[in-house]
Amino acid sequence: MNSLSLKNRRFNTADVLFTLFIVVTALVSWQKYHSFLDYYEQGILIGSVAGLCWFGWFWPAMRVFFPVCGIIALGAIELYAGDLSRGQTEFWLKYLLSSQSAVMWMCVLFFLATILYWIGLLRQSATALSIASGLTWAAAGAAMISKLVRWYESYLIGADVGHIPVSNLYEVFILFCLMTALMYLYYEAQFAAKTMGAFVLLVISAAVGFIIWYSLDRQAHEIQPLIPALQSWWMKIHVPANFVGYGSFAIASMLGVAQLLSARGILTNKLPSYDTLGEVMYKAIAVGFLFFTIATVLGAMWAADAWGGYWSWDPKETWALIVWLNYAAWLHVRLIKGWRGDILAWWAVIGLFVTTFAFIGVNMFLSGLHSYGGL
Amino acid sequence: MMTSNTHTFRRALFDLLSSMRFAISLLTLLAIASIIGTVLKQNEPYVNYRVEFGDFWFSIFEPLGLFDVYHSIWFLLILAFLVFSTCLCIWRHFPGVMREIRSYRDKASANSLRLMSHHHEINQPLEQEQVCQHLTEHGYRYRLRIDGDATLIAAKKGSWQRLGYLFTHSAIVVICIGGLMDGNLPLKVMEMLNIKTAETRNVPQSQIPEMSRLASNNLSFRGNVSLSEGSSASVVFLNSGNGYFVQELPFILKLNKFHIEHYSTGMPKLFASDIDVLDIKTGKVIQSGTIKVNHPLVVDGVAIYQASFGDGGSGLEFVQWDLLSNAKSKLAAQSQTELALTAGQANYRLEIGDLRPFNIETLDKTATTGDTSAVAVSPLQTALASAQSVQGDRNVRNLGPTIQFKVRDDRGQAVEYQNYMQPFIENDSSYFITGMRREVASAFAFTRIPLDQDMQLDAFMRFRSTILNEHLHADITKRTAAKALKAGGVSASGEAQFAEIAEGVLFQFSQGGFPAIESFLEKKVPQAERQVVAQTYLKILQSAAIDAMELAQAQAGLPVTPTDNMQYRFLMDSLVATSSLFDYGSPAILQLTGFNEVKSSGFQLTRSPGKNVVYLGSLLLIIGIFCMFYIRENRLWIRISPHSTLIAMSSNRKTDDLNREFAAHIEHLAPNQQQAPL
Ligand code: HEM
Repeated sequence: MNSLSLKNRRFNTADVLFTLFIVVTALVSWQKYHSFLDYYEQGILIGSVAGLCWFGWFWPAMRVFFPVCGIIALGAIELYAGDLSRGQTEFWLKYLLSSQSAVMWMCVLFFLATILYWIGLLRQSATALSIASGLTWAAAGAAMISKLVRWYESYLIGADVGHIPVSNLYEVFILFCLMTALMYLYYEAQFAAKTMGAFVLLVISAAVGFIIWYSLDRQAHEIQPLIPALQSWWMKIHVPANFVGYGSFAIASMLGVAQLLSARGILTNKLPSYDTLGEVMYKAIAVGFLFFTIATVLGAMWAADAWGGYWSWDPKETWALIVWLNYAAWLHVRLIKGWRGDILAWWAVIGLFVTTFAFIGVNMFLSGLHSYGGL
Repeated sequence: MMTSNTHTFRRALFDLLSSMRFAISLLTLLAIASIIGTVLKQNEPYVNYRVEFGDFWFSIFEPLGLFDVYHSIWFLLILAFLVFSTCLCIWRHFPGVMREIRSYRDKASANSLRLMSHHHEINQPLEQEQVCQHLTEHGYRYRLRIDGDATLIAAKKGSWQRLGYLFTHSAIVVICIGGLMDGNLPLKVMEMLNIKTAETRNVPQSQIPEMSRLASNNLSFRGNVSLSEGSSASVVFLNSGNGYFVQELPFILKLNKFHIEHYSTGMPKLFASDIDVLDIKTGKVIQSGTIKVNHPLVVDGVAIYQASFGDGGSGLEFVQWDLLSNAKSKLAAQSQTELALTAGQANYRLEIGDLRPFNIETLDKTATTGDTSAVAVSPLQTALASAQSVQGDRNVRNLGPTIQFKVRDDRGQAVEYQNYMQPFIENDSSYFITGMRREVASAFAFTRIPLDQDMQLDAFMRFRSTILNEHLHADITKRTAAKALKAGGVSASGEAQFAEIAEGVLFQFSQGGFPAIESFLEKKVPQAERQVVAQTYLKILQSAAIDAMELAQAQAGLPVTPTDNMQYRFLMDSLVATSSLFDYGSPAILQLTGFNEVKSSGFQLTRSPGKNVVYLGSLLLIIGIFCMFYIRENRLWIRISPHSTLIAMSSNRKTDDLNREFAAHIEHLAPNQQQAPL
């Protein structure tokens, strides 16, 4: 992809059509529902129009992904017809579209994708690789749909129960898979380096494994109402922003692993070049750092509303700071000291452990103000 | 000489402090300190730490400020150094950055351009207009310079990238300053200078000396106060180390009503306080409103938050059963108060704790759904089945209000109780549930006392007093023996002996319940027969219980309840209860019969002038980081000489994007121009 032609791209017909589609959808929902929306929500609606249009322009694939997921989700909502129990009786819901079925499909597809990426990597088979990324797209789609449908389902349980599905560990793990997969797919396309998937999908599969255990063993998939601390619209933006961060740090670390292997002559000629891996790793961490910073600031603003202080040195906050400092240092040495190579790769890998601890470890081992799903 | 020495020394120090190496080490230190703070639970009461670590480690950790890392001197020092070094760093880079932003580097000579990694030379001059147009098209600003017979077009784009550095780094400084404004540094200093000291005693707020009070004009604070409905306060408490300070407020805060709502799952749904804010002098209402979690109320710079809730001293009505005299009496009291409790000749203090109106317990599906289908199929299948649906069928029940209280004897020994108000119903007999524990750490041991038809303890108490009353034992056992004879259980000759044994059993029981009988058996009966004898004794006791109840009823002039299954279970439960009441630890049973709830609400009040400074810093930080990563500073030079053109490009980031863009520019400017040999 030629970045110059990308930068000064004029709006082509596809862009126009997509923009029209989004705007029309927004207008329809506006005239149907605006009486129910408060100012924040109206703002969010307008903001998301702008956001989606820009995103579709920035990454053309999204011009297909979002509409398709949206339409399928709407289909599922139609099938529910306002009755949650139909999720168990209605064929399409029971086996495909109810949020839980969608999640299960997501799990399966991610596992398959992982296997195919490895086959593609080891056999150097382009077909396997393109099937793999196809599966990853499908899995991401399933994740997206499950999110949208679950959001609706939560309102079917009770008007006072309904909320955006980013409120507990189970829900955010699915979000994590979604974000990580999408960001990976972006880099895969941009650098035409599908073999990276073999490594990135490993971390996603790990998350999927956790989701399955968490759901089967702990019934964590059940939609719980929001405790007062979580009843805040900050949650809607704070949590997703965080998971862009976590996702890209995860990608970076897996690329670190790939780099370390290829530096030791393992898979060297099958993987993208050592430097490409490093480049993508840097790009991922850059994105992650930006979003993680934003998320942390949003978190502070939320805390200022919920806990009476923007910073309480609560374990989760503090670990966010630690993660942040870690990558700040990483960026310094890469950008200013001009470091390259294995040290940064190792550092990125360790970074994932730090991040993971901030993400789950804190909930498991440290008590704090974060009500947010202990295990 | 000397001076130059100090000079070089200063220089070296400056270099060190403003160096990346130093910055990174500071960041690392900060991270480590923060980790300690998260691993060690902060700001607990000091006793907890003593218990956890023992005196030795406590005496080491405490002075290091490990129990409040983030406010310890050394931690603040690290932050100060970070700010300082970042400032120096900015100071050091500022001129350079500015130069970079301004200059076009149009002094570049042909050779210096040729030395660049990205350069391209064609043996043909390009059209100046065409070049300039191309540059503007791609967002480049440029400057022309005639250099001998050649023209140098020096162009650049994205100079703002450089501002990124300034932004991020000043952001760090701004944020730290904001944090400092809201920190308790001034108070810490005053503590060190002994101008202020934390109060450690537990005394009424009004009696706390000036030394521990902070005036309402205090720049910033973050304190808590708990109010019961209808009451008001003009101070909050800031805890510091193992003591606290009293912070005066610029107004009076009054709680009118506290609301709590639950979801059908029993999870809390809403905590809200209806409050009035009164003028500190006139006492007139300035502002009133409802605060919820996530919805604080700000009154002249002080934000009021919903922090916690509890019992605010509710009116309680008890029925008190004296376990010695079996006398029944009414007792009116208030939660969270103390009163004297006299039973027989001994004096006790009754320390009433909190009333909890809701005690919602969740019983998970497997426990509740009695259907065997769940058992029949494999657990995995059940799990998969339940994974289908997002709606859990957890069933929850409200066990109703509980009251907790301590009974302290004159030797200061206390036993703690937790009594349920509602009867606990189990296969249609109902019980009064009372929990008892001797250490705070241990769990409550619950005793269930059967209730009679009118849901009262009277029948049980009648039974108890009778069966424990030695003077009545003969009477009871006569009836029992007679019955046994009628039923052919004993021969006429054996009757007297049976009565005697029965009396013995009752006697033992009245001395200490089942344990007493057991120890009696252990003393008197050889190992071999013990089992059998125990069985017989139990039978005797059980049938004696029936007669004891009949006697009790007769003495009270009440009709005798026929001994059906219900009644029999009642009696057996009564025996067990009677037995376990022997080590109840309290001279009386307190049965909660009614209450008039007064809730309390915990508020956090903060004044944080630094908040907006921090937000400003955050904004700078985000903008800065964005600039640094997503604006690339590119420079293009097109040097057009009569017979050739030299195109060179540089960027502050050596990424593939540079290669691509350079290629693209060549493509646009000099299409199908073969490259002159490098
Ligand atoms: C938590 C604190 C800090 C954070 C988050 C931070 C963040 C950053 C970031 C993200 C960059 C980007 C590199 C680039 O675009 O070139 C940077 C550059 C830099 N930082 Fe920091 N920094 C911090 C503290 C410091 C301190 C204390 C110093 C100096 C002692 C420092 C020195 C530098 C230098 C010299 C650069 C290179 C500027 C350039 O050439 O663009 N940083 N910083």
